[in-house]
Amino acid sequence: MPEAAQADTVATAEATPDTPQPFAELGMADDEYARVREILGRRPTSAELAIYSVMWSEHCSYKSSKVHLRQFGEKAPENDALLVGIGENAGVVDVGDGYAVTFKIESHNHPSYVEPHQGAATGVGGIVRDILTMGARPVAVMDALRFGPADAPDTRRVLPGVVSGISFYGNCLGLPNIGGELGFGAGYAANPLVNALCMGIMKHEDIKLAQAPGPGNKVVLFGATTGPDGIGGASVLASASFDDESHAKRPSVQVGDPFLEKLLIECSLELFGKDLVVGIQDLGAAGVSCSTTELAAGGTGGMRVELDRVPLRDPRLAPEEILMSESQERMMAIVEPARLDEFMAVCAKWNILATEIGEVTDVTAEEAERGGRLVMTWNGETVVDLPPRTASDEGPVYERPYARPADQDGLQADDPSRLERPKTDDELREQVLRVLAAPGICDPTWVTEQYDRYVLGNTVLATPHDGGMIRLSDDTDRGVALATDGNGRYTRLDPYTGARAAYAEAFRNVAATGARPLAVTNCLNFGSPEDPGVMWQFAESVRGLADACGQLGTPVTGGNVSFYNQTGDTAIHPTPVIGVLGVIDDVNDRLRTAFGHDADGAAIFLLGETRAELGGSAWADVVHGHLGGLPPKVDLAAEAALAEVLADAAEYGVAAAAHDLSDGGLVAALAESSLRGNIGCAVELDDPFTDLFSESTARAIVVVRPDAESAFTELCTRHGVPAAAIGTVGGSSLTVRHPAGGFEIPLDDLRTAHASTFPGIFDAE
Amino acid sequence: MTARVGVVTFPGSLDDRDAARAVRIAGAEPVALWHGDADLKGVDAVILPGGFSYGDYLRCGAIARFAPIMAELVPPARSGELPVLGICNGFQILCESHLLPGALTRNRSLHFINRDQRLRIESAGTAWTNRYLPGQEILVVLKSGEGNYVAAPETLDELERSGRVVARYVGTAPNGSQRDIAGISNEHGNIVGLMPHPEHAVEELTGPSVDGLGFFTSLVARVTEASPAPAGTG
Amino acid sequence: MARVVVDVMLKPEILDPQGQAILGACGRLGFEAVSEVRQGKRFEVEIDGEVGEDRLDDIRRLAETLLANPVIEDFELRVE
Repeated sequence: MPEAAQADTVATAEATPDTPQPFAELGMADDEYARVREILGRRPTSAELAIYSVMWSEHCSYKSSKVHLRQFGEKAPENDALLVGIGENAGVVDVGDGYAVTFKIESHNHPSYVEPHQGAATGVGGIVRDILTMGARPVAVMDALRFGPADAPDTRRVLPGVVSGISFYGNCLGLPNIGGELGFGAGYAANPLVNALCMGIMKHEDIKLAQAPGPGNKVVLFGATTGPDGIGGASVLASASFDDESHAKRPSVQVGDPFLEKLLIECSLELFGKDLVVGIQDLGAAGVSCSTTELAAGGTGGMRVELDRVPLRDPRLAPEEILMSESQERMMAIVEPARLDEFMAVCAKWNILATEIGEVTDVTAEEAERGGRLVMTWNGETVVDLPPRTASDEGPVYERPYARPADQDGLQADDPSRLERPKTDDELREQVLRVLAAPGICDPTWVTEQYDRYVLGNTVLATPHDGGMIRLSDDTDRGVALATDGNGRYTRLDPYTGARAAYAEAFRNVAATGARPLAVTNCLNFGSPEDPGVMWQFAESVRGLADACGQLGTPVTGGNVSFYNQTGDTAIHPTPVIGVLGVIDDVNDRLRTAFGHDADGAAIFLLGETRAELGGSAWADVVHGHLGGLPPKVDLAAEAALAEVLADAAEYGVAAAAHDLSDGGLVAALAESSLRGNIGCAVELDDPFTDLFSESTARAIVVVRPDAESAFTELCTRHGVPAAAIGTVGGSSLTVRHPAGGFEIPLDDLRTAHASTFPGIFDAE
Repeated sequence: MTARVGVVTFPGSLDDRDAARAVRIAGAEPVALWHGDADLKGVDAVILPGGFSYGDYLRCGAIARFAPIMAELVPPARSGELPVLGICNGFQILCESHLLPGALTRNRSLHFINRDQRLRIESAGTAWTNRYLPGQEILVVLKSGEGNYVAAPETLDELERSGRVVARYVGTAPNGSQRDIAGISNEHGNIVGLMPHPEHAVEELTGPSVDGLGFFTSLVARVTEASPAPAGTG
Repeated sequence: MARVVVDVMLKPEILDPQGQAILGACGRLGFEAVSEVRQGKRFEVEIDGEVGEDRLDDIRRLAETLLANPVIEDFELRVE
């Protein structure tokens, strides 16, 4: 092989200290490169440079966000449920009866813009492997998506591609898609957000960690062969904004094979079940670089790898390319030598290629002091010899400057109270229909119908309910609920409050299913951290979320940061997407959003306090194209009290339906519940405009069983939650009455407005 | 006597556990069968479950057809002896194996479709539908990307004439299936292929209804009565 | 080494929604002269040694049993 002769070995590096190296092209700063030279005491080889560049990239090292993310640990509440916290592939929480749940959300934003189908598909694949790596069986997925305006030409390329990618990969893996969100806004046009969440279930004793203990243990790479997919993808695609060259980056997008991943899941679970691995890591953004350095760093610190043993799809790959390849559907395991044959037999049963590529080694005290010793050879010559902890744990940490943007005060002062309000019932009715038809509010069936929500047979609730709910297994009634939320408009107006509002909404969505919120994950989508204004948004959002989690006793179990979501100098609205996990003892108690026909005549209660809060609201956005003022106030004590009422109402069976109030306010909730149950409702309101469109937090509607009204109001009083009977379920229209008049919208008209938007845009020729 | 119903797992089968659950809820014993074993383990009937066998990369069901278990299954199925239900991908495998006529092609919309779907049971004479009334409407789950049933016009006429259209979509077929066909049987009525998923409508908690259970209780009735339907009653 | 190419097409009477979708796009992109598009599959089968009539018959059988579904698809093969 002529290429092998040209490999940049450690010996060559020592002999040619002045050879110029393309560290800048790999996204590395001058001082970062200087630090690598200092660590190694020489220039890095090309392979070593590849490792440091990906491991120290923003995507892998969290170098700009780390100083802020620490608050999640520092402010974290004492919580016995947290079994594995931040730092591993995903956090793990105890959900009772010996079961543990692991869940995590991760962005695949930039790749999904370049090639929507494959970008979104591999986003699902990556997060599923993270969950699998913890030792869990993946049981459900969700997605939080943001796109440019729905009718923009590029959205018609990006959205259907992203949806088909998620559908293709998730359906083929056999994982139910149980919910998520869909939002639109001009800033996301060239910066779509594709945040994929996966949840897995295991028994406590099955938890696996990314570590490589025991000198002499074998390092085994299994799954797909390695090709030139996404070389530099992690560091180049995720660390640089898009510019005119983005089309030139197209070839570096990875391609996913969900069938192989399905086999990899079953194979890995059988390996875990037979106790054949002592450490495991999936190959994600930084491929072999990441898995080897992290496994070694988590173990003895020593590892020896023969890189030329990595099975290749393209034999021309150089060592540094192998190290940076993002080929999908690969895993790395640490296996005791005595169990290696058994390990290989399981892989053979599932038709999974497995190759021993190295072994765990002992390190001297001096080597341990330096951060361990990872050696890689290429045809017998040493091409990597570095302390792995310096790559995985001791990357650069930046205290980026941050400052409140100059336009923030003006934005907050532009209160929506100046906006013209509907003057007549006809105008109000027309605005109701416009808001219900708006892309962020309308019926998402065109999207969600492409996802399998039934497979595995444990889906208790899925889209369009407030949160998804999964029964843990066939032989238990215990379940978990999940919801994700994020509102870029709120966060733009006030990042501290916006992040808390996103958390509060996810918390409320989980509560509205009848489950009790337990733990949090997050995916923080922002512009460039090099912009002090964006960094301020980030710092404020993290502070808000950490404070909120501390106050309500739900620990952050892990998360993901995605920076550089911007075009030129224009960043997206800061969009922290928060996922909340809850537990329900008996899934048969779950609450549904639909008004059922058995609820005909039952009273609708509005829980919580409605204030004139329209800053960042769907009404201001849809009717006036306005963004200004302050987002709704977040009162976490009120959220907690509301959650208590909802959980009790579920447990005691007094509620026939429940729906949280958020985007679009009361009118969106009433319309959705009526349409889903195909039965109307009539409400009486004092101030119909504010009551219908306000987005005050800590509110929900609950349909109460006729014989349980007094018990229910007593329950609300006990928890200090305001509750008002505002109307009844029944009829075939949405009817609003108020002291000066009222209006009525037949369900058919309501359905046409709510359900025609996406088919009208995406099925059009 | 408890009916023993085999559920075959191919690489990429996804709804195998769900089929086994439905069998159990119907009062029978599910028996796991592995695609690579040429062994039916003496089961009374077999379900080919939904999923994406072999990734469906060539054509849905095209590779699964050649699995060792299929070599065991085809002769007794073809002779009318062994009841076989193919659901979704299983239906595709039955067509690829020529145990059932026609083929399943991409949905007209080109999208995967998952929705709660009403079906009308057209034939209650099969091993898998004897617990329904002809004309009965049921609500089950449709979830597939290639569920568009096509066959030559004379084949369709023959299916209609011999009462082998087992179920039709109520309203317009969402996937474009000819004559709104959702499921068909062979001439003995022991083999049924169905595109929608009855096994996802067997529990009030997790399904849109429990209407799908009838397919599995029908089989239990057929096996426990131990009187294989004579040829031609399908 | 020789290569046998097998082209598989849906039979003319079978609806081809993918081809229809491409045809729709042709109109939007201004390729007005395009009146029909059918989408098919191309398989490249590598063979050791010469491709004689016997070997070609083998490939034809492969196409009939695996590569194409004769119920809905036609195929053609040629040596490259």
